[in-house]
Amino acid sequence: MSLLSIANLRRSFVSPDGERKTIVDVPSFSLEAGQQLALRGESGSGKTTFLHLIAGILAADSGSIQISGRDMAALGEPARDRLRAESIGYIFQTFNLLQGYTCLENVLLGMAFGGSADQTRATTMLERVGLGHRLHHRPRQLSTGQQQRVAVARALANRPKLVLADEPTGNLDHKNGREALALIRETCRENGAALLLVSHDPQVLAAFESVRDFAGLNEAMKEAVS
Amino acid sequence: MTLPLIVRRSLRQHLLSTIITAFSIALAGGLLMSVWVVKVQSQTTFTQVNTGFDAVLGARGSKLQLVLNSIFHLETSPGNVSAADYEFIKHDPMVKTAIPIAVGDNLRGYRIVGTVPELFTSVEYTPGKKFSLADGRLFDPAKKEAVIGSFAARKLGLKVGDIFHPFHGLIFDANNQHPDVYVVTGLLAPSNTPADKVVWIPLHGLQTMAGHDPRAATDVSAVLLQLTSPMAGFRLDLLYNKQGNRLTFAYPIGAIMSELFSKIGWFDQVLTLIAYLVALVSTGGVLVAIYNSMSARRRDIAILRALGAHRRTIFGAIVLEAAAIGLLGMIAAFAVYAVIVSVVAAIIRAQTGVLLDPWAFNRVMLWAPFGMIALSALSGLVPAWKAYRTDIADNLAPVS
Repeated sequence: MSLLSIANLRRSFVSPDGERKTIVDVPSFSLEAGQQLALRGESGSGKTTFLHLIAGILAADSGSIQISGRDMAALGEPARDRLRAESIGYIFQTFNLLQGYTCLENVLLGMAFGGSADQTRATTMLERVGLGHRLHHRPRQLSTGQQQRVAVARALANRPKLVLADEPTGNLDHKNGREALALIRETCRENGAALLLVSHDPQVLAAFESVRDFAGLNEAMKEAVS
Repeated sequence: MTLPLIVRRSLRQHLLSTIITAFSIALAGGLLMSVWVVKVQSQTTFTQVNTGFDAVLGARGSKLQLVLNSIFHLETSPGNVSAADYEFIKHDPMVKTAIPIAVGDNLRGYRIVGTVPELFTSVEYTPGKKFSLADGRLFDPAKKEAVIGSFAARKLGLKVGDIFHPFHGLIFDANNQHPDVYVVTGLLAPSNTPADKVVWIPLHGLQTMAGHDPRAATDVSAVLLQLTSPMAGFRLDLLYNKQGNRLTFAYPIGAIMSELFSKIGWFDQVLTLIAYLVALVSTGGVLVAIYNSMSARRRDIAILRALGAHRRTIFGAIVLEAAAIGLLGMIAAFAVYAVIVSVVAAIIRAQTGVLLDPWAFNRVMLWAPFGMIALSALSGLVPAWKAYRTDIADNLAPVS
């Protein structure tokens, strides 16, 4: 059984002019445990919405999203929150670190909602990403590259089965981007987590053995193009 | 650890607003507790203070004026009681002790009261306690000597052996000095009664002070009475107040003072209402402070939600934060309370000699903090509801 299995997933929004517009329409998609896959997609193609649906941040209009046999789309919001906290790590383009908290607290909070705020594990993860000496620094005291490393540590601290990365190098320069990507892939591998990364950057996509075109997956995009 | 950490960090992130809001709660909470305690304590204390006497006999007039003048050394005397009337009640079998007092002079604003040494030797101003001397001896009733109450002695800077000229009238007027010279023979130990702010001299001395009307040289201003039984009070009330029309018999003293408080009860109510309103406005400040910061918090809330926080966790964190501001405010409120009641107690002591005990336990010290914290938490409900409804995806920009 696949770690992530999606069937007939649809999500639409009402546009400002009152028209209902389908953004995501994915008939079928799957990801195996431990697999690392990159999705190619341009801005506005619905990649983030797709990841939000998988993470349970957004509710689907219809379809199913099976994560380790549990259907995210069929769950109520509190259960989706719980499943997200326990099973999914999310790395954002803009890092989304909590500025009022230290690096260690950012990682601990990511773990706490999953039910296991283990300080030793949080410290180990920060040391793994090379920030053992910055545990009590606040994000604004770090470089952008370091902030992304905190986000990586936070996403993986809870030993998620699936890591979602949304343009994780989009805010980094070339060198930091390359390092961040390598770190994300390595730490996912070390922790046995599957990685689903979306990007439009050819250099990022070139680093992956498996790359799929999101436009090919998303029927809504095909309709828009035709 | 999650909720306390979120609350702690949020309070710190909005430190200035937290401090200002907590300070306004501290002021309101301190004011509320002060108004309540001063109201209750002053009512309790003033209705219990009788300096050991059951009743007062004085000239025809207001009972309240008579009690205020003779027991609390406030107000003017309603008139005089003749020596014959004094002797008559002194020998009434229903009267255990009769202490005459005469007023009409002052020493730089502190009232001079003429009396007999028995006030200090025979009367217990509170059960088991008689007036005692901190220094010196009692005055000789036949000489121009004085014993000074502890508060008056401190304020006037008098010590044993000092001499002074009394001033005529109850209000100090430097041009109204009597030529008589009195010597201080003793200083009273503090009794926390109105006696502390009085300059005591022999009754005869005040009656015969140079310049006083010689026709009233044997009159007294009032007679302080200890009765043999409560029934004696009712019988003397009948005799003097109902059947007679020359004198006033004020009995019981506590009930007469209660009348004073019932007369000014509306003022208490207004003060209490203002304190409640201030409390309400200050806890409303919690709502305003948190609500105004909601725009800045949206992104943090969305991140917390993206990390797996339930809506109810975010709701609880905001309510808890509001309660925490209330708690911080009410801790500081005790300092505000201490300052306010200390100042009020000092003013009451200076005016009446009566000492309030600001730190005596009053239930307001429990319900006011709990009430203010609960009100603060309630104020947090509106911003908490706004936080509860925060959309994650909309606040996790950018979208690709």
